[in-house]
Amino acid sequence: MSGTALALALAALLALGTVPLLDDGFWLALAINIAQYAVLATAWALFSGPTRYISLATAAFFGIGAYTVAVLGEALPWPLVLLAAGGIGVLVSLLVGLATLRLSGVYFVVFTFGLAELIRQLVTWFEVNVARSIGRYVFVDITQPQIYWQLLGLFGLLLVIGTWLSRSRLGFALRVIGEDEVVARHAGIDTARVKIALFALSALFLSLTGAVMAPRWTYIDPAIAFNMTTSFQVLIMALLGGAQSLLGPLLGVIPLVLLFEVLGANFPNHFSILLGAAFMLVVYAVPRGIVGLLARARRRAAA
Amino acid sequence: MSVPLLRVEGLTRAFGGLVAVQDLSFEVREGEILGLLGPNGSGKTTALNLVSGALAPDAGRVTLRDRDVTGLAPHRLSRLGIARTFQLVRVLPAMSCAENVLAGIAFGRDAAWGGAAWDRARALLARVGLAGREDHRADTLTYVDQKRLELARALALSPRLLLLDEWLAGLNPTELREGIALIRSLRDEGRTVLMVEHVMDAIRALTDRCVVMNAGRRIAEGPPGAVLAEREVVRAYLGDEDA
Amino acid sequence: MEAVGGVLFSGIVLGGMYALVAMGLTLQYGVARIMNLAYGEFVVAAGFAALWLFTAAQVSPLLGLLLVMPAAFLLNLMIYRVLLLPLVRRARSPGALETDSILATFGLLFVVQGVLLAAFGGAYQNYSYLSVPIGLFGATVTANRLVALLFAAAIGTALWLWLARTRAGTAVRAVAVNPEAAQLVAIDVRRVAALAFAVGGAMVAAGGVLVSMFLTFNAAMGVVFTMKALVVVIMGGVGNLMGCLVAGLLLGLVETAVASWVDPGLTLAATYALFLFVLILRPAGLFGRPAR
Repeated sequence: MSGTALALALAALLALGTVPLLDDGFWLALAINIAQYAVLATAWALFSGPTRYISLATAAFFGIGAYTVAVLGEALPWPLVLLAAGGIGVLVSLLVGLATLRLSGVYFVVFTFGLAELIRQLVTWFEVNVARSIGRYVFVDITQPQIYWQLLGLFGLLLVIGTWLSRSRLGFALRVIGEDEVVARHAGIDTARVKIALFALSALFLSLTGAVMAPRWTYIDPAIAFNMTTSFQVLIMALLGGAQSLLGPLLGVIPLVLLFEVLGANFPNHFSILLGAAFMLVVYAVPRGIVGLLARARRRAAA
Repeated sequence: MSVPLLRVEGLTRAFGGLVAVQDLSFEVREGEILGLLGPNGSGKTTALNLVSGALAPDAGRVTLRDRDVTGLAPHRLSRLGIARTFQLVRVLPAMSCAENVLAGIAFGRDAAWGGAAWDRARALLARVGLAGREDHRADTLTYVDQKRLELARALALSPRLLLLDEWLAGLNPTELREGIALIRSLRDEGRTVLMVEHVMDAIRALTDRCVVMNAGRRIAEGPPGAVLAEREVVRAYLGDEDA
Repeated sequence: MEAVGGVLFSGIVLGGMYALVAMGLTLQYGVARIMNLAYGEFVVAAGFAALWLFTAAQVSPLLGLLLVMPAAFLLNLMIYRVLLLPLVRRARSPGALETDSILATFGLLFVVQGVLLAAFGGAYQNYSYLSVPIGLFGATVTANRLVALLFAAAIGTALWLWLARTRAGTAVRAVAVNPEAAQLVAIDVRRVAALAFAVGGAMVAAGGVLVSMFLTFNAAMGVVFTMKALVVVIMGGVGNLMGCLVAGLLLGLVETAVASWVDPGLTLAATYALFLFVLILRPAGLFGRPAR
């Protein structure tokens, strides 16, 4: 993204910050939902877009953030809670990265696939055996508009970082890895380190989003926090939009959040089937995402 | 005699029960072109992979100047000055030619980024005969141009030692002449090259010395004319359909 | 504290199931090159099929195998033809196919899970078949576990014989080792891939039916089965049936030991611990061939 485009995008985010002043009911809830997935999908694509390593661990990091708030929310001031949530997420991502990202991609996929379920089981075990309860009430003094503004802030930060990354040597290294990892290694790129660094950066934002969203629930248990569907929805949104560019995921987030709202309200019992079907439709019909479709249309118009 | 640029001693690597390279030793001297020859399956590419760090040896030592570099990761070796091309040409398909070369400039020995790096990329593209193609996508290039691009990327690392894995294979006679001239011009710049090659004309025209392998072992070493006349070498080749 | 003998037996039975399920997965991934993330959902689906046959039609699960396995074979053949072949056709590299198949089967996972949820609800299910205690080597075990183990052994052996002794099986092994070379000796690689995928699907269905005889299951458990099967396949080395058997038994034993002596809530943690151990020490699997 160019400097001007970034400035425009940030200005647009500022303007969108006025939504809570206009409506604090349905529209704010919808705006929060879109902002949440915008941050998640963009953060996911930050790592998985250029490297083409599919992370299925979004729900794990989101859950880590949310559950950290449930545990520490009352004990610490809010900024420290966020710091802890982000820190734990980064720590876990570094462990996962060190174990898998030095090896071939399939190990990474497999490891991330079950990660949310693993952490859910571990947290449940801890709560049952040590804390002697499952689930916690979230007592923090964060209002809905504040959640929304924090999400916009995270998204703005992501855009700034993403823009910087696209011009930096690190971002370039990431793209080379996505093109051909063997060539990358023989061109002097420490591929494992680059991948681990970006995976951790992505995990930081995913965890922070989980933490920011936690106050929306009054009660959190491990099954709510570590819900695989989150990984799934974020993945499909990023793919539909286009994971290779910074604003691409956003193009998938908006239509799909609306679609899922409609589906969830009208077909609660068949939501999972419809979700899966929508996902497969994206994989088969729009493999390069909306961004890819737009690029093709532009090429055709030029020709 | 001064210290050789690269010294390989007792290199051995097995895949399961198959010993691909066995007790291989040779030297590459500063400024020479050394040919690594042998019939298909004789272990040449494995040897190259061991030198470039793509594979780690089971036994043996690789020394670059005075430094033991055995088993170092490829990115460390690239930064120390060992660059390579691949037997099956590998470009970064969806990137532009300039970006392909930049991939070598940005992280190699003597790394650069920004305006200066772009200037160097342009110069390197011109060096291999791809002037003006900066913005073309790599996967739109012809086979021979992809080979040129790969060479430019390797040169972008400012290598002390350049490893070419059958870089001249699959070219038509005109392209072959151009390719030989290009590699010769590299030697004239004083570059050191280790090349695995099958094309006999190129071996005779370019190499100062050759090491011949068969079944993972070194069977001969010396100037190309003499080596290719040796009986064991002839037998190794004639036992193979490629001769 | 449970006795060693009982844990050992339960571990071997569970491990045998994992091995059987993983053998199917290793066929699908090692031969057809499809990383099937919906695998565990099919284990659960077969379990529900057995439950339904048993409760609604009084068909014993062992007889049910004769229905469920061919049905799964056909279903998987169709899935390969309709859903996966287009991906094989459009893939420009093995990496692209891997990515596409991961995505497509991730979608399939939610579809199958959704169908199961809609049809059977989210509650835990089990049924009582051959649930009689018998004495074995001084330990008391239930008959259904013993029968499940024997059937798993028989089916696994049959698969091994098919691969080792028949013409079709040889073609499957050839494609697993080297698809390009297989093509050169006039093997129709896509047909063999479809066959391997379908046979793999039948194996998973067999595993699901047998598991349902003694385990409580629900519609959301597929992910855990997939995870365990994947770990067994990686541990055993992709495409390696013997590796599956050993790794499956190992996982079953470790998991049962953890469940009996530490905490049943930590079984997936045990799986991951084994996985980490393999990743760090033997990334090529315990028995060779690295995963691609």
